[in-house]
Amino acid sequence: MIVNQVVHALNLQVVAGAGALNREITGGYCADLLSCVMARARPGNVWVTLQAHSNVLAIAVLLELAAVIITEGVPIAEEVKARADAENIALLATPHTTFWVVSELGRLGIPAQE
Amino acid sequence: MTTPEITHAQKLDFRVGQVMTRRVITVTPGTSLVELKEIMRVNRISGVPVVNEDGDLVGIISIEDLLRAYEDGAFHEVVGGRMSTNLITVYDTDSVDTAMQKFQQTGVGRLPVVNAWGELVGILTKGDIMRGLLREIQMDTQDEEICRYRASHIFHDVESDDTSLILRYRIPPRDFTAGGAASSKIKRALMRLGTEPQIVRRAAIAAYEAEMNLIIHTDHGGLITAKVDAYQLTLVVEDDGPGIADVKRALEEPGYTTTPPEIRAMGFGGGMGLKNIRKCADTMKLESEVGRGTRLEISLRLHSRDTPNQKR
Repeated sequence: MIVNQVVHALNLQVVAGAGALNREITGGYCADLLSCVMARARPGNVWVTLQAHSNVLAIAVLLELAAVIITEGVPIAEEVKARADAENIALLATPHTTFWVVSELGRLGIPAQE
Repeated sequence: MTTPEITHAQKLDFRVGQVMTRRVITVTPGTSLVELKEIMRVNRISGVPVVNEDGDLVGIISIEDLLRAYEDGAFHEVVGGRMSTNLITVYDTDSVDTAMQKFQQTGVGRLPVVNAWGELVGILTKGDIMRGLLREIQMDTQDEEICRYRASHIFHDVESDDTSLILRYRIPPRDFTAGGAASSKIKRALMRLGTEPQIVRRAAIAAYEAEMNLIIHTDHGGLITAKVDAYQLTLVVEDDGPGIADVKRALEEPGYTTTPPEIRAMGFGGGMGLKNIRKCADTMKLESEVGRGTRLEISLRLHSRDTPNQKR
């Protein structure tokens, strides 16, 4: 499944990185503690989080994540959007909770990798 | 053409002018249909743009038009009376994506390409787009491969008893926006040097955690020195304070953190950084003195089966 399919299925807002919507999703990870993400998220994962600062993108680049979904309508600063565009990382947003997003992703068949 | 390829075209910002065929065979309205048939046969083409004396595009004529003329017994006529003047064109400055949409909407097989003055400058088929994309993808890969080839041969090409590459990164304190920049560069350097992805990943995680520690905790920032030789990556991370009061707790105790609450709210801290580093490294040495500073040294063995230049 590619990022764009998830965007449509969950009606996500593409905040930035629209050029990166064709990446293949290998699985998902969810945490707001960055070191947890560093330790456990795998390449190609979609990361669901409440954090919306630019370091999130540094992590997404380092870990080669497929996309980042910012939940609960957390405001995203312009500099963060600009960086997502520059780094070509799909930055997606939703007013729903992290739990809602994860359960929907599970319904789409995106596997939890441990 | 499938959707991912179109998206790739968008990403490359491909313009019609880059992929179109420039050498266009044209006829004029006065060209006879007999002549047209010969032109099509000899050049093995099924459609020809029609231009006037000024080079302006005035129509297009296809093999179907020719067949219809044959059925009507009108083979003595000229192109002008049989061509299609309902022109669907693209500009040379249009994106390839726009051209693809036109192909899909109209079902035509070829699109004449005009410049801003309406002059015919080329012709575009889906095959042209496909070839252009493949060429571009190949060039991308080649460039990166050349970079990688050059970088990964450094230990072979440069003669010495012991060659190593030293990369230094100065990390300013409290600059969360730039956080991760040095680790990204270290990661890219290792990839270019042909390091296995699994090892690159471990190195990137360790470098990131160390970099964030400098940003979060230090008074004046610090220095990351990455030393790469044929067998090993060594990362030395140094700062001049404040120092870690309880090194043992910082290393051993789960959840132990000295990160201030406002920085923790951003998702940093959590007492995992040093533990993550230790998990990723083959060796780790941490020395710290309050008021003096901290020195962290870690090493990772670079097992690279697929880079034969690295002597075992």
